[in-house]
Amino acid sequence: MVSEVKQVSGRGIPLVGDDIDTDRIIPARYLRCVTFDGLGAHVFADDRDHLQGQHAFDQPQFQGAEILVVNRNFGCGSSREHAPQAIAKWGIKALIGESFAEIFFGNCVAMGIPCVTAVAETIRQLQEKIASNPQAVVTLDLEQQEVRCNDFVAPVKMKDGPRHMFISGTWDACGQLVSHAEQIRATAAKLPYVSWSSTR
Amino acid sequence: MEMDLDFPIRTMSKGTLFDKVWDLHTVGTLPSGQTQLFIGLHLIHEVTSPQAFAMLRDRGLKVLFPERTVATVDHIVPTTNQARPFVDDLAEEMMQELEKNCAEHHIRFYNIGSGQQGIVHVIAPELGLTQPGMTVACGDSHTSTHGAFGAIAFGIGTSQVRDVLASQTLALAKLKVRRIEVNGSLKPGVYAKDVILHIIRTLGVKGGVGYAYEYAGTTFEQMSMEERMTVCNMSIEGGARCGYVNPDQVTYDYLKGREFAPKGEEWEKAIAWWESIRSDVDAEYDDIVVFDAADIPPTVTWGITPGQGVAINEPIPTPESLKEEDRQIAAEAYAYMGLQPGQLLQGTPIDVCFIGSCTNGRLSDLREAAKVAKGRRVAAGVKAFVVPGSERVKREAEAEGLDQIFIAAGFEWREPGCSMCLAMNPDKLEGRQISASASNRNFKGRQGSATGRTLLMSPAMVAAAAVTGHVTDVREFMN
Ligand code: SF4
Repeated sequence: MVSEVKQVSGRGIPLVGDDIDTDRIIPARYLRCVTFDGLGAHVFADDRDHLQGQHAFDQPQFQGAEILVVNRNFGCGSSREHAPQAIAKWGIKALIGESFAEIFFGNCVAMGIPCVTAVAETIRQLQEKIASNPQAVVTLDLEQQEVRCNDFVAPVKMKDGPRHMFISGTWDACGQLVSHAEQIRATAAKLPYVSWSSTR
Repeated sequence: MEMDLDFPIRTMSKGTLFDKVWDLHTVGTLPSGQTQLFIGLHLIHEVTSPQAFAMLRDRGLKVLFPERTVATVDHIVPTTNQARPFVDDLAEEMMQELEKNCAEHHIRFYNIGSGQQGIVHVIAPELGLTQPGMTVACGDSHTSTHGAFGAIAFGIGTSQVRDVLASQTLALAKLKVRRIEVNGSLKPGVYAKDVILHIIRTLGVKGGVGYAYEYAGTTFEQMSMEERMTVCNMSIEGGARCGYVNPDQVTYDYLKGREFAPKGEEWEKAIAWWESIRSDVDAEYDDIVVFDAADIPPTVTWGITPGQGVAINEPIPTPESLKEEDRQIAAEAYAYMGLQPGQLLQGTPIDVCFIGSCTNGRLSDLREAAKVAKGRRVAAGVKAFVVPGSERVKREAEAEGLDQIFIAAGFEWREPGCSMCLAMNPDKLEGRQISASASNRNFKGRQGSATGRTLLMSPAMVAAAAVTGHVTDVREFMN
């Protein structure tokens, strides 16, 4: 299950606004599903309806974009993985933003979608560059910790822990966790409540 | 406040309940630097689990500790007609998927009609499943609720639900610990909901990112377990993935005799252990914030984040009075809510009143609301309804006659579930309707209409709004 994520390149899509929560990313009525498959079509459904074609995700110049550039506290609110899944199913492979909500960030790590941060000025410039030249290729380089778009180069940040997980292809923790079954049982055995709180 | 997403986040806290519980549950350190943390109680529901079971199947994995996962159904259940199959095909499909997965993996499932079904964060405490010193995880951000018992409890995404099912562990970075101390007695008309809305308003919706919140001080010590749950529930609204109160006699009295609480000799052993995991008196924290209970007013949100709150008799802030960084979201909120800076929220007409949710759908919440509703009538043109948090809450409320008080006042009395907290079932706002809501989120579109508006407040204040037809200071009903 190892798949290294060192660099993501693709066209960009700017989405301006702070505190865009997961209810806006995927409204709750679309959570009535047992798979994530159809979610891409409904990403930002209400915002898109409201803007009647003017939402970045509807604008023709951004169709097929792979790198989403956002502002502050993106993905706050509910823990629903449906939110990053909907973004990913639409076609996004990486996010660059001023900051991300913690659970959203963690969900993205678990899905192999890097979210890097940059200072507000970098984000603003990048959003403008993409808006004025939607065909430009944006490259997010996790090893160099920078974003490049034509002659524009700026530093981006991801803390070493998760960055290492992407670069080394160890972002999918499940396999590692499962492989420690013996240590898990040993830890459980030391916890006094494990015996008295079993539902069996 | 800068986000810190390092693995591990370097922490300095020492001797807190969080540190002790974290250390006791540490299985090891992963190559990423994250901790592999054992999860004592895993709760699942119909929305975030089906994809996790599918991932498990894809990888040929089984559930490692099926006796440590408990399921119920809450988000999609209709609160009027609960007959199967549900009218909504999609909801029925989710229900069947959960039933199938629980049967296949031998997971205990509290289904509708079991007498124990309800919102996952309401039923686990009721059953005594949630206990001090545990780690609790659930694919739902309001898992922080369980911290009221001195548990370390946090919401997780679906891939992590898969991880817990497969390994009973999670890969996590340790959080910092902020002690939030509130001292003194709350004034009349001020409830636990106001306390947490006030804290979030003060520290901001991102203030808690990277932190666990320890709620301490005499105000929390005086609170009942249900009030503590209300506070811990909304930790996530302040950005903190978990929040907790150290266990004490109030905790033990609540737990004693409940279905999954330890019994006999084990009860004595349990109390000794629970006492040992309390934060030490000389514990060290990464940060400490202190409030005075007397300064906390009845609080109402006016905007589109739970941090946009004001005292009931305080005008909606003007852009100039806000910090630079809060102005953009405030501008968005004025426009979306149709409210003016400087305006008083008091007197704003209300269309819908909702009492329920994992924040305020417990017995004590219904009691406080019923006190206001008693002998009064829901104002003309207002739709008001009460959704008990669980089948048990409903039963107990009916035994006290609360249902009759509400019905006589013109409220609808519903079946338990999440209902209009997030409107995945048929309970929804329509168009630009504005609701007075006892739930926890006022995000755009949260209550089922893309243009619907939500004002968060205590259940007693919701009842006051219902009987007057507009936002009302509940203290007017107290003498
Ligand atoms: S009541 Fe609301 S916040 Fe609580 S679990 Fe249900 S949907 Fe989530």
